[in-house]
Amino acid sequence: MKNFAYLFTQLDQTTKTLKKVAALVDYFGKVEDKDRMWAMAILSHRRPKRTVKTSLMRQWAAELANVPLWLFEESYHVVGDLAETIALVLPPPSMEHNKTLTEWIEVVKSLNKKEDEYKKEVVINAWAGMTYNERFVFNKLITGGFRVGVSQKLMMRALSQYEGQEEKSIAHRLMGNWTPDTTTYEELIRSENPLDDISRPYPFYLAYALEGEPEKLGSPNDWQIERKWDGIRGQLIVREGNLFVWSRGEELVTDKFPEYHPLADLLPDGTVIDGEILPFRDGKPLSFNILQTRIGRKNITKKILGAAPVILMAYDLLEHEGKDLRTTPLQERRRLLEKILEENNTDGIIILSEVLEFKNWESAAAERENSRQHLSEGLMVKKQDSEYRSGRKKGDWWKWKIEPLTIDAVMLYAQQGHGRRANLYTDYTFAVWDDENLVPFTKAYSGLTDKEFNKITAWVRKNTKEKFGPVRSVNPELVFEIAFEGINVSSRHKSGVALRFPRMLRWRTDKKAKEANTLEDLKKMLELYG
Amino acid sequence: MKKNNSSDLLQFTSKGIWCKQADIFIDPWKPVKKAMITHGHADHSRWGNDSYLATASAAPVIKYRLGDIKLQTIEFGEKININGVQFSFHPAGHILGSAQIRVEYKGEVWVASGDYKLEDDGFAEPFELVKCNAFITESTFGLPVYDWRPQAEIFDDINTWWRKNSVDKKVTFITGYSLGKAQRILDNLDTSIGKIYTHGAVENVNEVIRAQGVKLPNTIRVTKEIPPKDYLGNLVLAPPSALNSAWMKKFKPISIGIASGWMTLRGARRRKAAERGFVLSDHVDWKDLNRAIKETGAEKVIVTHGYTSTYTKYLKEQGLEAYAAETEFTGESIDADDTTKEEKEKV
Repeated sequence: MKNFAYLFTQLDQTTKTLKKVAALVDYFGKVEDKDRMWAMAILSHRRPKRTVKTSLMRQWAAELANVPLWLFEESYHVVGDLAETIALVLPPPSMEHNKTLTEWIEVVKSLNKKEDEYKKEVVINAWAGMTYNERFVFNKLITGGFRVGVSQKLMMRALSQYEGQEEKSIAHRLMGNWTPDTTTYEELIRSENPLDDISRPYPFYLAYALEGEPEKLGSPNDWQIERKWDGIRGQLIVREGNLFVWSRGEELVTDKFPEYHPLADLLPDGTVIDGEILPFRDGKPLSFNILQTRIGRKNITKKILGAAPVILMAYDLLEHEGKDLRTTPLQERRRLLEKILEENNTDGIIILSEVLEFKNWESAAAERENSRQHLSEGLMVKKQDSEYRSGRKKGDWWKWKIEPLTIDAVMLYAQQGHGRRANLYTDYTFAVWDDENLVPFTKAYSGLTDKEFNKITAWVRKNTKEKFGPVRSVNPELVFEIAFEGINVSSRHKSGVALRFPRMLRWRTDKKAKEANTLEDLKKMLELYG
Repeated sequence: MKKNNSSDLLQFTSKGIWCKQADIFIDPWKPVKKAMITHGHADHSRWGNDSYLATASAAPVIKYRLGDIKLQTIEFGEKININGVQFSFHPAGHILGSAQIRVEYKGEVWVASGDYKLEDDGFAEPFELVKCNAFITESTFGLPVYDWRPQAEIFDDINTWWRKNSVDKKVTFITGYSLGKAQRILDNLDTSIGKIYTHGAVENVNEVIRAQGVKLPNTIRVTKEIPPKDYLGNLVLAPPSALNSAWMKKFKPISIGIASGWMTLRGARRRKAAERGFVLSDHVDWKDLNRAIKETGAEKVIVTHGYTSTYTKYLKEQGLEAYAAETEFTGESIDADDTTKEEKEKV
């Protein structure tokens, strides 16, 4: 644990990727396979199952710190991170533990289903022998949310340096359903054939947003242009008669989409398709909102299936007859994808993403303007001869999204952020006018610079009307232009609308509150685009 | 919020803390006739009062910052009487010359403590406990998450960091308020490691403090004429406002550290993108805040600057009569800076 806590400190002290990678490589070299494996798991968000409720940890920490629970909670609002707050309030250690990371994880796992009193004893004993950094890391093992500014990409780079293996190969090995409990480091990283895990997906290739004019890309003939659909990016795998569906968040979601299950028989073994999990009915996509109603549900009932049916909009073919196609040019992959879907009737479960042909970029731009009518987010522009790369890479694939919808709104409430935004008011609730009243309709917390957040924080402190825990109501004076991707009817919101991906486009310091938009304006947008 | 009782010896008014009986104000934020000043930080020492009273060791900086003012000085412990009210200044341990002001009338004692800390930093006159009936306290760091380590440990960390940077031929860049924190840092740097360069705002204060006979290690004011390579291996001391400024760009390769109580919070550290956050504060931490209040014996506590409402609630639960007083200034915050606009422009 001391090594891991030290690694954490090193990672936290720098914003330079080179130093972070060096710290990781150094750590990988210092520890046993098992610890290395757990560190990799934690940094790729595969923490052990939570065995202690955070409400209990708060109580114990407050008790040890000899402060009332409400004061602990107030402190938490200020700090913005629970694991950190606990580590900060605990009294100094009274002994020294020397367990490894793996041993501590075993301790945490062993608490599953135990009595609260027993858990308390174990956790308090653990804290008593740890330094501040060890406590912080230990708390994070329990609470999760390990954000140490190390992207998975950096971890892979470090691992590839440490192992002397190509980054691409490491990235692929790290995909899938492994945990340190079921897989050893040898098997995962050093075994000859990483494909022996038949569920293992390929790393997703993600596009950057196209900035500036498309003309700089050359002739549209060199590019495959499709619609950009608003669902969940997914990878569908059929191997050895089994079906696996992965979401872009690297979550195995096979059980959540029973619609796809027949594909295990309908598609040939050794087929991997990249596509969009898209709510779809009567030949038309439905709004993302509808899909949202079934994400997160444990049981997918008939009713849900009827209300929010999905198809797979197929974009690309990554594996054909068991062969990895990622280095095959896109046009060839596309040809094979069309062939597979022609030769195998998928019962309408899979729909081929249409390729749009354009004589010039002007006509493409005109079609892009029509995107909202198709419930599409814009266009995808992919180079005909591109490989299927891993992660977000520039150059070959671009997303060319439509401009967002915008509305000017008044800030009503402000709340402090978390993590690096702790102690800054960064999360706001916005309202529009309904006659003389302001009706809240959305929250937003991104889009401004740190400098602006600083200014607004100072303003919020001076213009607070009431405090409700971490939330403050403020004088309705500041106006912001809110951008969003879509608008829908909502019975949950007072305003009657729900926005898709709202964020602050800019702070309209030039506008007075009275000049903000109205609920009527929002409703017009709903009619047009909802 | 404000529960002023017109019979209170000290009252919070729109201009500042007022002693009605003597008609003087303590640290007024709006111009008044007679002001008593606890220390020279901008939120306590404002321009525009007819007359000022401050300790002899705080006076030079106050004069330097406020310019041509009518300022009288008083020694620590010296008693003066105004219309039957006895006033005396006692060390607050916050910065050089900083004082708590004791006010006594008809056997009742109030103390306005300004900003203070209990740890003896070896530079400011050490905090003196003053027994009182009512205690006006700051609460800048009035939450249990703020827990300072002894300064010797922190300076060990700072010097170790400088030493390493020095070996790596980097510029060690550290920020702290130009009045107070900067001199405390200077007083504790290991000058055998290298030379110390200072930002103009810091050096101006240094000059004032040296002129009053206080010893500080040798420092060199950063100027355009100094070739950038001269900074390598050495240390640059600057106010927080210099962070990420154009002025800072000439120092490279650089390692940045911030010395502040706010560096307790990881979020603040990350937001400032500082490599190192050194938790070093001139205010009381949670345990010392509670200790100070307890030891003054005050039955009434008025909380200003900081987590006022939270801390007031806590004190009430502890059985004290406590209330939060609104002041014009909310005190220090993570993003605050004590460098005045004029000083920034001078550089």
